[in-house]
Amino acid sequence: MLAACGLASADELFSQIPAEARLQRPLALADGISEYEIVDYFKSLAAQNANGYASFLGAGVYNHYRPVVVDTVVSRGEFLTSYTPYQSEISQGTLMTIFEFQTMVCQLTGMDVANASMYDGSTAIPEAAMMAERITGRHKALVARSAHPEYREVLATYARNQGMQIEEFGFDRATGQIDFADLESRLDKETACVIIQSPNFFGIVEDAKKAAAMAHAAGALLVFTFTEAASLGILEPPRDADIVAGELQSFAISPSYGGPFAGIMAAKEKYVRQLPGRLVGESKDSEGNRAFCLTLATREQHIRREKATSNICTNQALIALMATVYMELYGKRGLRELAEQNLAKAHYLGSKVKPLFSGPYFNEFAAVPAKPVEEINAQLLEKKIIGGLPLAKFYPELGNAVLLCATEMTKRADMDALAEVMA
Amino acid sequence: MIRKVRQHLSQNESLIFERSSPGKIGYQLPDLDVPAVDAAAALGAASVRAEIEGFPEVSEVEVIRHFTRLSTWNYAIDLGMYPLGSCTMKYNPRINEAVARIEGLAWAHPYQPESLSQGAMEVIGRLEAALCEITGLDAVTLQPAAGAHGELTGILLVRAALEARGNPRKKILVPDSAHGTNPATAGIAGYSVQNVASNDQGMIDIEHLAGLVDDDVAALMVTNPNTLGVFESNIAQAAEILHSKGAMIYMDGANMNALVGVARPGDFGVDVMHINLHKTFSTPHGGGGPGGGPVAVAKHLEPYLPVPRLKRMKDALAWDFDRPGSIGKVKAFYGNFGVMVRALAYILAHGGPGLRNATVDAVLNANYIRHKLRDFFDLPYDRPNMHEVVFSDDRQAAKGVRTGDIAKRLIDYGFHPYTVSFPLIVHGALMIEPTETESKDELDLFIDAMISIAKEVDEQPETLKNAPHMTRTRRVDEVTAARKPILRWK
Repeated sequence: MLAACGLASADELFSQIPAEARLQRPLALADGISEYEIVDYFKSLAAQNANGYASFLGAGVYNHYRPVVVDTVVSRGEFLTSYTPYQSEISQGTLMTIFEFQTMVCQLTGMDVANASMYDGSTAIPEAAMMAERITGRHKALVARSAHPEYREVLATYARNQGMQIEEFGFDRATGQIDFADLESRLDKETACVIIQSPNFFGIVEDAKKAAAMAHAAGALLVFTFTEAASLGILEPPRDADIVAGELQSFAISPSYGGPFAGIMAAKEKYVRQLPGRLVGESKDSEGNRAFCLTLATREQHIRREKATSNICTNQALIALMATVYMELYGKRGLRELAEQNLAKAHYLGSKVKPLFSGPYFNEFAAVPAKPVEEINAQLLEKKIIGGLPLAKFYPELGNAVLLCATEMTKRADMDALAEVMA
Repeated sequence: MIRKVRQHLSQNESLIFERSSPGKIGYQLPDLDVPAVDAAAALGAASVRAEIEGFPEVSEVEVIRHFTRLSTWNYAIDLGMYPLGSCTMKYNPRINEAVARIEGLAWAHPYQPESLSQGAMEVIGRLEAALCEITGLDAVTLQPAAGAHGELTGILLVRAALEARGNPRKKILVPDSAHGTNPATAGIAGYSVQNVASNDQGMIDIEHLAGLVDDDVAALMVTNPNTLGVFESNIAQAAEILHSKGAMIYMDGANMNALVGVARPGDFGVDVMHINLHKTFSTPHGGGGPGGGPVAVAKHLEPYLPVPRLKRMKDALAWDFDRPGSIGKVKAFYGNFGVMVRALAYILAHGGPGLRNATVDAVLNANYIRHKLRDFFDLPYDRPNMHEVVFSDDRQAAKGVRTGDIAKRLIDYGFHPYTVSFPLIVHGALMIEPTETESKDELDLFIDAMISIAKEVDEQPETLKNAPHMTRTRRVDEVTAARKPILRWK
């Protein structure tokens, strides 16, 4: 092959790189190792993580059972090793799965249109806020302090450089729900959107209808976010919201130390041309057969460049496919039963450990242990239980409170053991 | 002659919603070991939905058949060469999938105690160190989720550093050959974009650049090798020009697979760059993600990296959140960890020498294609290339056949098309990137297909105008799709 290229040696392939820019030594990385050694190495690393622990952690990342079928599907090379479906004639498989994903996201959230996925819930929030800015021409976002703290941090990073003003509004210390008086006092003619999460970071269900009415009265949009998608199996969807930006990790996406997950972005029909990211549409091919293709690309970076609605390109297609398979397996009845089981487990735990807030909760809630939470969690670790998330790091005002989560995978015996230590 | 494929039956399949019938289920849950709860009582009747309207109801075997049938409608690397320029569609080793699913890694919760996360943190630490060595830069953050997200992170770092000096400045320079994400990123980071015209070699024009750089310029975003697959040989000079005016150089590392083990951006003046783990380090594209967009920086940008930073203590790893100069978080938690596991497995399997060999093979394969096809397609910039080569359709356009038609015809020959009409500075571009994982046999099949198509252009151009002919789906009406969007089943 070198001869065909008219070259005498492989080094000549790089003659266009000036000598001073070339690396004159081998990379200081060890030689390659065999497949067996790689497995062995990662197993040894995995052994240094938590293994065989019961866990009460939620806080945006949930332990839900992953049916075997999910990996069977996503391991097919035709899904795993294909690119973004720009060439529709040989990408109909991926395109149709995305079309189903978009449909089910709409059905779950009560929205009209949804895109093909975002990186995750946290990055979907600033995208939603920027979308609200474009729609309203206003530059202030009001975000609930009860929304996920890391989502709010990401929003702040994005906002800082674009002249977007971010203001937080508080929560009621008795119910754990939005402090509507505080929200109302901050709404003004510069407010582009109000961002709320439900169930909120404390697991408490919010009154999205009321928040929407308040936002709309001020000419602002309601952006609704969620971290626990399983809640949508039983909770009324946010039909009054304008934009829904959330996270589908609960649907067969393993916690994986925080990613990769699958964010969603859905909206009312009239805002479709302001949506960021990829969209799949239904059409026909030249023989009149149903066919799908990427569409409305004039919103996107590869066409619009600096005037695009977002810079997003690669999204989370394969992870969104995991969620798609999960939603189809569980279906209408399964997601309902899943939600009911989560509700039952968390409320059993709530009968043993008193919730801090009085608002209705889905599958997690805050509680205040009798002893310092660090002490409690250390004691629990000895019983091979990872306790809840201490809240003081994100909410100093909540002192010794801890956030506890129970899902369909949480066993009654472990909840009893937790309650005993926390008492 | 078409040698790689012949037709076979492919199964029809409806949308899952059309297969649905009431009462069917594809899941199992254990019996509850706690008392059931009345939802309306617990949540308030107004908060409880009646049902998820329209949601499917199907059995497990129907789900399996549904997705298996759909999968057969896709082309994939596992079926053959996927020469999409700029996308680096290389083979995805399955060992990477296996290790990412080891329970202690896949089920690690981001908030579990650090003492029970040391293995996950070691993956992050080791990958950061390997990427520092590969890029010749001083520090790496793995938080960004994809290339464009890495670009945004990188430009925010530039902005933070300039702000600390007193003025964030106003403009980002972007060559006209750049990926669309570059100008889009600059816009989101609060900068205006000034385009930089390429010279007649398709490279940055150094004198032109020198004239553009003033006190308003924050940085130049440059892809190297550029989107023509050519190394920007004046890159060190460009860096000097920018640095002399207090500006920085951002390298889009989309094409880093042409440099690994051969040249390091840190050694030719780059201040900050991103890497696409799903390109250079072979994590699967998965139909459009997930990706990984680590950002590598020179020492002077390290204080601004996203929180938290991994810290090596005496006998353990720890997360350091106390970083007052940080731009903040760009994503919840620590990044796409599962993608990091796969990329690290790829690096360990190759080792230093293996990574360099991969680079050499990728560049050799692309040069081989250039030499074999140069008599049949126009080479607007005829010079040695690195990992990809860009032809134009000038010769074929004279017969009324465009790059998009040639691409569609290539499908009939059993290949995924190359990248069509990009970069924009080449009229009717055919951008071909074979990657290192294609054998000479597969390359020769591809070359034969391209030559055969070139002959068809002369002899029977109509065949190309409505290609592909052999796929189950023919050309899709994209105009109607955009004019009357149907974005969901109803």
